[in-house]
Amino acid sequence: MIERTATIGSRVGLHARPAAIFAEAASEYDFEITIGREGELAEDAGDASSILTLMGLGAEHGEAVVLRSEGEGAEVALEALAGILETDHDAS
Amino acid sequence: MQNLKGVGVSPGRIIGTIRHMPPPVAEPQTQAQRSPEIRAEEAIEELKAAAIRVHEQLKDRASRAQSDAKAVLEATALMAKDSMLLKTASKKITAGLSAESAIWEAGQNVAEQLIALGGYMAERSTDVLDVRQRIVAELRGAPAPGIPHSDTPFILVAQDLAPADTATLDPAQVLALLTSDGGPQSHTAIIARSLGLPAVVAAAGADVLRDEAEISLDGATGEIHLNPGHTERQAAEQWLAAVQLQNFDGAGATEDGYAVPLLANVGGADSARRAAELGAEGVGLFRTEFCFLERESEPSVEEQAAAYAGVFEAFAGKKVVVRTLDAGADKPLPFLTDSTEPNPALGVRGYRTDWANPGVLQRQLQAIAQAAGQSTAEVWVMAPMISTVEDSEAFAQLCADAGLKTPGVMIEVPSAALNSQHVLQPVQFASLGTNDLTQYAMAADRQLGALAALNSGWQPAVLQLVKHAVDGASVAGQCPVGVCGESAGDPAMAVVLVGFGVATLSMSARSIPAVGSVLRSVTLAQAKELAKIALNAPTAQQAQQLVRARLPILEQLGL
Repeated sequence: MIERTATIGSRVGLHARPAAIFAEAASEYDFEITIGREGELAEDAGDASSILTLMGLGAEHGEAVVLRSEGEGAEVALEALAGILETDHDAS
Repeated sequence: MQNLKGVGVSPGRIIGTIRHMPPPVAEPQTQAQRSPEIRAEEAIEELKAAAIRVHEQLKDRASRAQSDAKAVLEATALMAKDSMLLKTASKKITAGLSAESAIWEAGQNVAEQLIALGGYMAERSTDVLDVRQRIVAELRGAPAPGIPHSDTPFILVAQDLAPADTATLDPAQVLALLTSDGGPQSHTAIIARSLGLPAVVAAAGADVLRDEAEISLDGATGEIHLNPGHTERQAAEQWLAAVQLQNFDGAGATEDGYAVPLLANVGGADSARRAAELGAEGVGLFRTEFCFLERESEPSVEEQAAAYAGVFEAFAGKKVVVRTLDAGADKPLPFLTDSTEPNPALGVRGYRTDWANPGVLQRQLQAIAQAAGQSTAEVWVMAPMISTVEDSEAFAQLCADAGLKTPGVMIEVPSAALNSQHVLQPVQFASLGTNDLTQYAMAADRQLGALAALNSGWQPAVLQLVKHAVDGASVAGQCPVGVCGESAGDPAMAVVLVGFGVATLSMSARSIPAVGSVLRSVTLAQAKELAKIALNAPTAQQAQQLVRARLPILEQLGL
């Protein structure tokens, strides 16, 4: 299992617009990717391609979340997704 | 069936076929069980298929939308096929629930989760509930909620229209609006006027008309004829001809040359440009909150300045009256207002939000000053919901601090109208917000059809308040009073307002030619006479009838 922690970059947290961008990106991959708040159990983590799961996390700007996945290409995928989370989408 | 009678809120005579706004999707019976013949796997497949179809429909709508509306629709489209939502629903199906019940409950669970987070997330719960409605409608083979799609333009009939409905309203598809509920100040009325669509509200019985029936609608008199005949067709043609003749090219004035500038109510750069094209002499109400309704956080000073500059550019060298953020009540802004208030119309809204969130107003004034400094427009600034002298003094000071030379206030709270001689002392102008003024004076919710008669600007109490406000302004000295509520766009009422001493009239740009034409048909003395007649009438109906009877041009122009 590969893990990658990322800090939410968007000014008002992981809300609808950044969540939509992230969910769509996560759904591009064939393998399962989970997301959870830092400090929570891996088995409680939710589906990263589910926009409702992302919004339900209530992750604020500056808070950390953990992405998990495994298999070929997982590391590259998590790196790309972490990049999306850490971008401030409100800046555009 | 008898012909129908409602309240005409946007003039125009039109004949067309009606299409009903689909009724809201009814909740499935609580815990409805799956039929024993249907296996869980089948029901789950059916649910997923319905969800995908809803996803496709919403994606399609999103592709035709612009900027912020597009972003919201894209997010909502994703919600429709959300893996977590469908997984939760599938589990419920396996446990024995029907597909409809399962998705209904799953949607409820998610919505509650979001509401618990408060703020912006809580607001998105309505999107989840909208999505579950659509999926249930799809499962039932019922029409999707929202404005029906048709190959031929139609008259839209509904109980009432919500802001969410009207956001997607396409004037190329919709000929006119007809509601069985709602009032003269409701959203239906406002959207109809801004789009130039004839509209009638509070027409009891409209909701049971046969779908695709042909009717004639008169948006001035409020009359609906079923089975329109020769008379109605002729009237509709006359209207079209008169509309084409109504080329109002000049400045607002009475027959004897007394100038009454006709200004436009706008929400942003686009509507400002259209208003300038339609001949508005300036902007009497720039509703700044429309620029920020889709935002989740306070826009920066730079962003605001850019938005304001767009409006100033459209009216270079002309007057633009900016109203500071009027958030609250039917215009909540997650970063500014509290949606849990028990009485939003009487709550911390408009200027009052400065008490709860100091700084936002200051930054807005900074942005206005910045944009004004780079434009040739004559920028005036006013605050909404001013109730006391303390309010107007404080606002005048804030404007001075920001370098804004012409502060004013809205008179919409009755206290400001009654105490106008004092409230207007610290400022340089006032604008009567007759929609809310009427609502507060008559203690009648603007949105309720049952109270439509009370929400008329012709109510004697409201006319008294208008007169009192204008009289108090002359005591305060050097304080012109304009009107920016929907009353200003009613040609007969416009004449009365001018008779009271109102200095400017601001309205939907489309109403300007009609108001200008009617104003040109009377002298100032006649306008004053009509104002006196209206003021002395004991009821709203009599006031309106007596004034309309003395303005023959209204019948000629079909207004």
